[in-house]
Amino acid sequence: MAQPLETTSAQKPKSSAKPKPYWVEPLITMVILGVWVLYSLWEVFFHNSGTYGNYISPYFSPGVGKWFGWHLLDGLYVAWVPFLFRFSCYYYRKEYYRGFFWDPPSCAAVDKPRPRYSGETKWPLAINNLHRYFWYLAFIVLVFLWKDAVQAFFFKNGFGVGIGSLLLLINAVLLTFYTFSCHAFRHMVGGRKDCFSCDGKPTTSYKLWNRVSSWNMFHGTWAWASLASVWAADLYIRLLSMGVIHDVRLF
Amino acid sequence: MSDEFTLKVWRGDKSGGQEVEYHVPAETGMVVLDALHHIQHNQAPDLAVRWNCKAAHCGSCGAEVNGQPKLLCKTRMDDYAGETVSVRPMQTFPVIKDLVTDVSWNYQVAKEIPLLEPTSPAPFKMQQIDADRVQEFHRCIECFLCQDTCHVLRNHEGQQKYFGPRFMAKIAEFEMHPMDGEDRIPLLAHQAGLNMCNVTKCCTEVCPQHIRITDNAIIPLKERVADRYYDPIKILLRRLGGKKGEPGKANTPVAN
Repeated sequence: MAQPLETTSAQKPKSSAKPKPYWVEPLITMVILGVWVLYSLWEVFFHNSGTYGNYISPYFSPGVGKWFGWHLLDGLYVAWVPFLFRFSCYYYRKEYYRGFFWDPPSCAAVDKPRPRYSGETKWPLAINNLHRYFWYLAFIVLVFLWKDAVQAFFFKNGFGVGIGSLLLLINAVLLTFYTFSCHAFRHMVGGRKDCFSCDGKPTTSYKLWNRVSSWNMFHGTWAWASLASVWAADLYIRLLSMGVIHDVRLF
Repeated sequence: MSDEFTLKVWRGDKSGGQEVEYHVPAETGMVVLDALHHIQHNQAPDLAVRWNCKAAHCGSCGAEVNGQPKLLCKTRMDDYAGETVSVRPMQTFPVIKDLVTDVSWNYQVAKEIPLLEPTSPAPFKMQQIDADRVQEFHRCIECFLCQDTCHVLRNHEGQQKYFGPRFMAKIAEFEMHPMDGEDRIPLLAHQAGLNMCNVTKCCTEVCPQHIRITDNAIIPLKERVADRYYDPIKILLRRLGGKKGEPGKANTPVAN
């Protein structure tokens, strides 16, 4: 029986479209991730608050600065956690090594020899080996984002649904799938074991590993979708607080 | 479909070579290896191409078709309708002649990997859920297309530093085996150069057997190396417990 972590051997139908030049995909990655990083820097370094009514931007949650009475660059105390979680993510590593480092620019390209390449054996890139620790921290942030998502449905006049409520809820859902489809989490729940049934029946860790493996196959999809949802939720709240738009209440 | 295909086949040896153009009458269902055989039989009897089963099972006919590492026997000519098809030898390995490369380095690497060390004498029983994980790696046909596309070996001359994706799958096959007692983590961290890999997944993309080399072999092995060599809490706990390495694998046979 095929296991969920395998691809099927069935061939996908061939597209009649001519393949794109090899530099198109890394270029698209560079543009999207580059714009996202610039937007994030603008958001974190040029704003002290990400709150509008009962909406809290994912860049500013949890409010660590407020806990300790620090009121300068509130987002900076938190934003590094999801940033390092994504930076050390096995999926994003593929994307940025191809897009920004051109190591490799494509699977077909032959580049000039660069004997100084050291992969992830040396610092600072060796920090990617600590992905699990950024997962632990990202998990804590995720708990607060769920609190924010629930809070977004409770306005001054009671329960309601606004566009912001839905954006924060979708964001929490997508981030949950992204976090729990992580390769490091897959290792933690069962991948580190060699034997799933040595006591004669499938263990709980096998069931967890199997479930995470099925989510893990779409880890890249969750990665991009959650990046977009964080961006959308934050931008919506920023535009509200700037007075550019007004919140649309569905009821 | 046009009446003929145009191929540019690299001809030469280790001293150098060039692409030579050939025209081959088109036939329904033709694969690149068929076209090369037509050239061999009718136009260039000295054309060297390695092949055996013609069924994508032996892994002999790996080459680069329009720059992409492919099995010649599994690559249809009509995928390239209207294009000139360039066929070159795998560029990571030294050329012997025309499309034939010297892949013997891979066999030297294979000898450096400790084989399965059963914790109890065979035959042993294990459940299918445990067999599934390692059986994925058994599908490898050793075509070495993953080794060819791996940029560590291809662009960075990393043969002295990294075993390559094929052998990461091989090590995973042994290392994740429920009945194996050998410890290959130090080998992975040092001699095999696991962290030279930056998980860009080209090996997975070109694998004709659809083995998810990066997700199911390389990344799980990287996590195991991180357990041993990078995770500060695990390192501290091991030292406090007076253990230099990880506890040995104490697998027991499946109860009947």
